[in-house]
Amino acid sequence: MGETITFWVLAVVSVTAALGLVFSRKAVYSALMLGTVMLSLAVLYAVQDAPFLAAVQIVVYTGAVMMLFLFVLMLVGVDSADSLVETIRGQRFWAIVAGLGFAALLGLGIGNAVLSAPKGLTAVTAAGNVPSLAELIFTRYVFAFEVTSALLITAALGAMVLAHRERTEPKPTQKDLSRKRFVEFGEHGRNPAPLPGPGTYARHNAIDMPALLPDGTVASLSVNRVLARREAAEGTLAPEILAALEAEDRAAEEQVRHAGVNGVNGTGGVNGSNGAGPNGAAPEAEESPETSPETSPEMGGEAK
Amino acid sequence: MTTHYLVLSALLFVIGGVGVLVRRNAIVVFMCVELMLNACNLAFVTFARQNGNLDGQIIAFFVMIVAAAEVVIGLAIIVTIFRTRRSASVDDVNLLKY
Repeated sequence: MGETITFWVLAVVSVTAALGLVFSRKAVYSALMLGTVMLSLAVLYAVQDAPFLAAVQIVVYTGAVMMLFLFVLMLVGVDSADSLVETIRGQRFWAIVAGLGFAALLGLGIGNAVLSAPKGLTAVTAAGNVPSLAELIFTRYVFAFEVTSALLITAALGAMVLAHRERTEPKPTQKDLSRKRFVEFGEHGRNPAPLPGPGTYARHNAIDMPALLPDGTVASLSVNRVLARREAAEGTLAPEILAALEAEDRAAEEQVRHAGVNGVNGTGGVNGSNGAGPNGAAPEAEESPETSPETSPEMGGEAK
Repeated sequence: MTTHYLVLSALLFVIGGVGVLVRRNAIVVFMCVELMLNACNLAFVTFARQNGNLDGQIIAFFVMIVAAAEVVIGLAIIVTIFRTRRSASVDDVNLLKY
């Protein structure tokens, strides 16, 4: 009786989850649905006198395999929505027809089979489930068991070989990065030094304090542009920071005009990062990857 | 009761098969393959109890091992394809067709 109740509850859950796996648009939902199916199957194994397989199911499938799936999903396809374009006309319809036909075939076959009452495993698992399984694995199936070790090692090696990527260009050293910074300083006048930390010259060293220059004004380099823009929109930006940023924007425009007079196009082309962007940001604020105001850790600026 | 388990197993297998045919995301297709393997395992375990010997459970155990190895390699292939083609869709991997 208890088994019947367990079966019906879990059958409904697992079939619903399997349908959800197939029909949910988001891949992460599919992964969670698959986890549900696997867990309910583990319980069904346990009900059917297979406690070892139930444990292995949970450890291997819901533990290892699902984690692997989720990892790859996060690496690869979490935002790639499934395309609904059929490359073969009518493929979806005929796939469902074939599925229904196959289900009918299997159902009729199973329904027509005359099965005696299940013999049960009490006779063969007199020593307990795990010892009996171990005895079979290490006697009759020992060769297959040894071969699986080769299979697992091959799989691990194969995954390493497939996932490994050779570097095609040498990794930039500190020397290269420094040289690049100074070339940019010479060509575009960018600040070659690391960005000032927040509050370096200030009375506070809190992360939300802008660095102060020796004359007491705000060092605009230490201000996070994104946060400053957000605070300016809210109206909570401190006036001296606003003044510093505006002064810097003016200087940048000045520089663009100057460059325009000299015949260097400051807004386009490969070397065109001299000038201001559409929002008139200063050249120092235009990020190269290692000095990006958004990502640089020493660049707290005007945070809350 | 055996029949019930077998019908459930067949249903899950068919759902997985339809998913493999219908879905386009390679990872979801792979999940559907895993669902089919799980459905087969349920049938194995059911028949082990029906016939009163443990061989079915051993086979299910081996299926799990093979499935684990398959997942590792398959996901590595998906990641490799994604690196070169920037897509996880099975429709974009069509160079072998020509």
